Amino acid sequence: MPGVEGFIYPNELELQWSVLIVLYPFITGLVAGAFILASLERVFNVQAVKPTYRLALLTALAFLLVAPLPLQLHLGHPERSLEMYLTPHTQSAMAMFGFVYLWYLMVVLVLEIWLDYRRDIVLKWRASTGLSRLLYGAMALWSDNIGESALRLDDRVGRALTVIGIPSAFLLHGYVGFIFGSIKANPWWSTPLMPIVFLFSAIVSGIACILLLYFVTCWLRRVPVDMPCVDTIAKYLYYAFLVDFSLEMLDLIHRLYEADESFRALDFMVKTRLFTSQIVVQIVLGTLVPLAVLGATQLVTFTERARRALYVLAGALTMIGIFAMRWNVVIGGQLFSKSFLGYTTYKMEFATREGLLPAIALMILPLVILWVLIRLLPPWGHGGDVQDRRARM
Amino acid sequence: MDQDRRTFLGQTGKWLVLTASAAIAWEHVLAGRPEEAPNYKATDHWWGMAIDIEKCIGCGTCVRACKTENDVPHEAFTFRTWVERYVVDPADFDHPVVESPNGGYDGFHQREVRDPTLKMFYVPKLCNHCEHSPCVQVCPVGATFESQDGVVLVDKSYCLGCRYCVQACPYGCRFIDPRTHTVDKCSLCYHRITRGLTTACCETCPTGARALADLKDPKDPIHAFLREHKVQVLKPQMATGSKMYYNGLDGSVR
Repeated sequence: MPGVEGFIYPNELELQWSVLIVLYPFITGLVAGAFILASLERVFNVQAVKPTYRLALLTALAFLLVAPLPLQLHLGHPERSLEMYLTPHTQSAMAMFGFVYLWYLMVVLVLEIWLDYRRDIVLKWRASTGLSRLLYGAMALWSDNIGESALRLDDRVGRALTVIGIPSAFLLHGYVGFIFGSIKANPWWSTPLMPIVFLFSAIVSGIACILLLYFVTCWLRRVPVDMPCVDTIAKYLYYAFLVDFSLEMLDLIHRLYEADESFRALDFMVKTRLFTSQIVVQIVLGTLVPLAVLGATQLVTFTERARRALYVLAGALTMIGIFAMRWNVVIGGQLFSKSFLGYTTYKMEFATREGLLPAIALMILPLVILWVLIRLLPPWGHGGDVQDRRARM
Repeated sequence: MDQDRRTFLGQTGKWLVLTASAAIAWEHVLAGRPEEAPNYKATDHWWGMAIDIEKCIGCGTCVRACKTENDVPHEAFTFRTWVERYVVDPADFDHPVVESPNGGYDGFHQREVRDPTLKMFYVPKLCNHCEHSPCVQVCPVGATFESQDGVVLVDKSYCLGCRYCVQACPYGCRFIDPRTHTVDKCSLCYHRITRGLTTACCETCPTGARALADLKDPKDPIHAFLREHKVQVLKPQMATGSKMYYNGLDGSVR
């Protein structure tokens, strides 16, 4: 059998979850991470990251809107997906996705963004005409009360929402980890560490994503980068990454030391089929190098220009590393037989429903949505930019 | 007249809403139910299977009978039942040489085992109809379910095709039917056993290596089989409550 080595159960010849299922945890991870970064400013009052607060919220929303699409495309019967809401099987981890998702989307993200932007929306509603007046009016729910007490209330509710939002973000991504971690049939997935590893890698990827997006938006808008802001984000990225890396290493060491019945199969897989994506891309390029770069920026005083370059490098490598991690979990978990006696390969298709092309489209789509959101609800000019801060001085 | 129209619209609206809710509720009631058979009381039975490895000759008749009886696609990755051949060096228990060409559909080529220390045997496999099925647990809509008589079934009209159950099955018993894009697996020939017949694989096995068993029937030979043999289930560490009882199951079998 081509691509098969050793013995696999006959039904295992077909790989069940494709690159689209790799995107699912990657995208939800970005959502959770971006939201947690936004919460730093709101709840823990880290003023330095203020320029990215709204950008992070909008990014989380843009990615969250796309998060269910890869799942939807993957289903054999997408038209039946509504049954997950109407007749959910309560013992199923997957059945809860819809509810966790809707809770997070509607209660946390949309409401928080709305409350934060309400004043801006009302002002835009008042200032605009024609179709955009209608749009902003609808977005304001035709309520134009932006009196002091109303705004104070918005702020109070918004803060409370963020406090609820942090455990919700943890729930959203911890839950995605649980989907994999709770499958006892698959030793590559089945570990109680899975939700927590997913969570920290989500935080890491979300922070890295916002860092990169902030650089890109500054460059596109031709405004100077707020160095205290990126320095702080890089610091948080470094710390979160250290925790994430420790957890992943703990998992690895535990497996190596325990060396249970599945170990030989998994060990073989990591040394052969997953060597490039796991050892080279995920661990060396995607983790050790960015950790070294970020660590260096914490220890050595670089020029601003050098720091910017190092942050972009570390951010980009981090994103690649976390994507590789998702790949290694989802695809890697299917490359060995549950008999532990053989291995198969994953051949990615291109222009099919679950091929590379829709995967690329699904990664570009959130950026398009983000662009629209930024046009509708500009995240700048809210006291966060360098110029704003200078203007206030 | 105005009032009449309002009442009419109100009534129509109510009926529309009620019909939709009733349809959804009815679908929910119907989902996860096995097909009915006359004179069959599910609660009187508890189905499993006795498999005697020492009797299996690897002829593949069961695989062919199953594909025919259940209209299973003739693909290389769609088997409700299949047969594996093990060649094991007793001194190297962990490295059995296993093969299952086309699931054993065409039988196996003669293999000469020259080394007298090696042992060779065939292992028929199928859904274990677990009492605590991991596949049933993970199905997001309850399209796969355990019937009252202990058979794990799939409601194909309800299955989303998410493949989570395929991942959750430790035995590799599930596959996606390429024609319907829904999951498929052994139904223990439910359409036959509820009519007093045995499964297609048991019916056609020339050596009696597989026998359908009703564990609730005190007269069923399964009780003597379980009492008189050293019986094991596949992957007992998975604690799935498998009801496929193997006699002569070698420790090297995965």
